[in-house]
Amino acid sequence: MNRIKQLFQEKKNILSIYYTAGYPNTVDTIQIAEALEKSGADMLEIGFPYSDPVADGPVIQASSKQSLDQGMNLKLLFEQLKDLRKNVTIPVLLMGYVNPVLQFGVENFCKSCAEVGVDGCIVPDLPMVEYEEFYKGYFEEHNLSNVFLITPQTAEERIHKIDGLTNGFIYLLSSSATTGKNLEVGDATETYFGRIKNMNLKNQTMIGFGISDRKTFDKACSYANGAIIGTAFVKAIENGNIEESVSGFMKEFK
Amino acid sequence: MKYKVNEKGYYGDFGGAYIPEMLYPNVEELRQNYLKIIADVDFQKEFHQLMKDYVGRPSPLYLAKRLSERYGANIFLKREDLNHTGAHKINNTIGQILLAEKLGKKRIIAETGAGQHGVATATVCALRNLECVIYMGEVDIERQAPNVARMKMLGAKVVPASSGSKTLKDATNEAMRDWINNPVDTHYIIGSVVGPHPYPDMVAIFQSIISEETKKQLLEQTGSDQPDYVLACVGGGSNAMGMFYHFMDDENVKLIAVEAAGKGVSSGFSAATTYLGKEGVLHGSRSILMQTPDGQVVEPHSVSAGLDYPGIGPQHAHLFKTGRGKYVSITDEESLDAGLLLTQLEGIIPAIESAHALAYLEKMEFKKGENVVVCLSGRGDKDLDTYIKYFNL
Repeated sequence: MNRIKQLFQEKKNILSIYYTAGYPNTVDTIQIAEALEKSGADMLEIGFPYSDPVADGPVIQASSKQSLDQGMNLKLLFEQLKDLRKNVTIPVLLMGYVNPVLQFGVENFCKSCAEVGVDGCIVPDLPMVEYEEFYKGYFEEHNLSNVFLITPQTAEERIHKIDGLTNGFIYLLSSSATTGKNLEVGDATETYFGRIKNMNLKNQTMIGFGISDRKTFDKACSYANGAIIGTAFVKAIENGNIEESVSGFMKEFK
Repeated sequence: MKYKVNEKGYYGDFGGAYIPEMLYPNVEELRQNYLKIIADVDFQKEFHQLMKDYVGRPSPLYLAKRLSERYGANIFLKREDLNHTGAHKINNTIGQILLAEKLGKKRIIAETGAGQHGVATATVCALRNLECVIYMGEVDIERQAPNVARMKMLGAKVVPASSGSKTLKDATNEAMRDWINNPVDTHYIIGSVVGPHPYPDMVAIFQSIISEETKKQLLEQTGSDQPDYVLACVGGGSNAMGMFYHFMDDENVKLIAVEAAGKGVSSGFSAATTYLGKEGVLHGSRSILMQTPDGQVVEPHSVSAGLDYPGIGPQHAHLFKTGRGKYVSITDEESLDAGLLLTQLEGIIPAIESAHALAYLEKMEFKKGENVVVCLSGRGDKDLDTYIKYFNL
């Protein structure tokens, strides 16, 4: 069974951490994954950097740029990920923009994911229609979950369509925003989370964008099966020793 | 209709809407409404009224005699440089601001490179009393101070894009981020035939007034509405698409699109997208773009800020791939020389963008009596600094 599905069957309040591959240093990718599992993360989203990340705020943009300037690319990332499953047992997703995937070749990308033990992908600018028509077959062949995003503006009919297309979880954006904004759960957000909860989707949901600490994480968990932290973690590891900064960041989640 | 967009938003292999879910509702709202709104009688009436009384259309089709003598063919110039604000850009911003009003939007955002589209957007926002925010690369803000001042006079807020390479493509990214964060009340006026569907089609429709007028004017002046050649410069490609639009399905008319070779196509400082680029996704559509083998977008170079873009619109990619259009390139120096030549032969100082199209005339061979239309997309006032430096004026 796909590790993602298994995790959702076994656990509630899932903590998923996003970080940019090859940041702060090119060689850090695997070490961060191992340190995160050791300090209690339930799932990982490893970002493969892109030059023009329109859905991201300044922190993730800057980490992507630094990683690219230092020479990261998909080929190198898959080289590094050959060591992923030596010590990492939790589910791992790759997250990034569609153009690098297209240049690498979608089929080749899916195959490489499966070979190194990646369980799923999040490609925010890959449209549903194109996914369904051209690429779904490759993802299924390699047992990869493709995760879609929804926002407070996503229409119900479309949410059902997304629910039908995906088989990992649904990535619930707390608001329509780029990454790195603070979660503000006002009445409108609460209504939206509640509305999603009552839709009885077949997939589990994770809340992302705006989750930065224990408090916002707990809040998000009251509406979904877990939450994703990205920007706050990327910021926390920009300097210093990886082991220490990872365990320092994760302490409040124990 | 072979070269027009299909119901899925594609031109052959190109187009589509490769956007994150956060942008989907905005783009979908536009997609569902743009054709209906544009076709509306009142909209058309208001659009054409403004085109006539505010922009100064129809722009003349001018038979350039001395240029014609030099090349041995009848060279016609479509004078978009005579439009209000000095270029073709205003055709699109007038269309989109009327459309934004119909959609009930209160706030307008736009990206700009050299500032021409920013000025055209700020102009229509002043005209219609809408809030206006323009994203412009930090580097461009420094080198285009007069246009920044114009936008400010017009009441726009100019926000520096400080990410990435701090130029046009980054200004576009920042505008998209703004739209993600303001999904309900804001309309994004994209300045070229790029972006997710329906933008390339919508902008092409607004710019198509260029070829619509050209056909009528040619018929009056030559007795035929079919020229032998039509030439235009291509950055993202909006003036070219406007110039090609009503000639596309007429295969007797040869379409020539002139890209910016910069310091030379192999110099590493170029914006010749069809020569250097590969298929991929940029700013929401599948097209041809300059990129590394890993799919990272490469920074282009051209002396002309309006052509300094690493991609081309999806419809251009389709015309290129099918061979319907011929895509060529002209260097910085060739374009500046052509700008001076037009000034001296015809008394018209062209924008350096438009001078790229003119420069290609030097490389063509004509039969006597052939009719050639060049889109003179903008005037050269904004480029005087560059001309001064290059020619030591």
